[in-house]
Amino acid sequence: MSLSANDKANVTAIWKKILPKSDDIGDQALSRMLTVYPQTKTYFAHFADLSPGSPQVRKHGDVIMNKIDDCVNHMDDLFPYLSGLSDLHATKLRIDPANFKILAHNLLVVVAAYLPNDFTPEVHLSVDKFLQQIALALAEKYR
Amino acid sequence: MVEWTDFERETIKSIFGKLDYDEVGLAALCRCLVVYPWTQRYFGNFGNLYNADAINANPMVAAHGKVVLNGLDKAVKNMDNIKGTYAELSVLHSEKLRVDPDNFRLLADCLTIVVAARMGADFTAEVQAAFQKFLAVVVSSLCRQYY
Repeated sequence: MSLSANDKANVTAIWKKILPKSDDIGDQALSRMLTVYPQTKTYFAHFADLSPGSPQVRKHGDVIMNKIDDCVNHMDDLFPYLSGLSDLHATKLRIDPANFKILAHNLLVVVAAYLPNDFTPEVHLSVDKFLQQIALALAEKYR
Repeated sequence: MVEWTDFERETIKSIFGKLDYDEVGLAALCRCLVVYPWTQRYFGNFGNLYNADAINANPMVAAHGKVVLNGLDKAVKNMDNIKGTYAELSVLHSEKLRVDPDNFRLLADCLTIVVAARMGADFTAEVQAAFQKFLAVVVSSLCRQYY
């Protein structure tokens, strides 16, 4: 399910609107994931505070969202671009790749809430494919 | 027996009380057919599903979206016995319609996103958790009669 030219155009277009709210969207997506899918909290035992509004969660939401923002400029070379991060996730973080889908879902929910008129079914399709490609690239080195 | 908190009960009733079933039914089903095109396999007799605009304008899609939302309404009105309420529907989907249960999850995700788009900031994390728990129970009840 690779990205067509149309998908890339859709992602680029909607990301122009996402970028100004990127910090809020990233924070919302991550803290929503921790609330709605509590099993994901198991990966954050080292965080003192996992409650909504927690500064650690917000900062980590920024880290993740900034990288996803960068990936918009690397849709043609996602796998090489994310090679280092894939090593990190595979050898050190060892996050079960099923969780990438869970975070992606929550990111889609937040984008829908923030940009209801722009997040049409076609754009939703393209963004979903984009996030799944990132997930695949991240899982590349797992085994 | 599924345990519902007062917050969860009120949240579900409140959300569904405000939804236009016709509009949301069409929006959710249309989104599912566009975002997960393989789901179109169950709608061979629906005619024109060639692109998003065609799907959105298709009267059979609209009619079916309405059927689905009214089906969900039964669960909203019987939250303490969703399993029993859906026993026949489960047999229908497994024996007659032969729908891969994974599709229920895909439609549930699309419905969540449609509701989020309509509720905006009111669709808080806690509200989302209650809504997704409700849909998970619905999906599980629909899966019960598969063997």
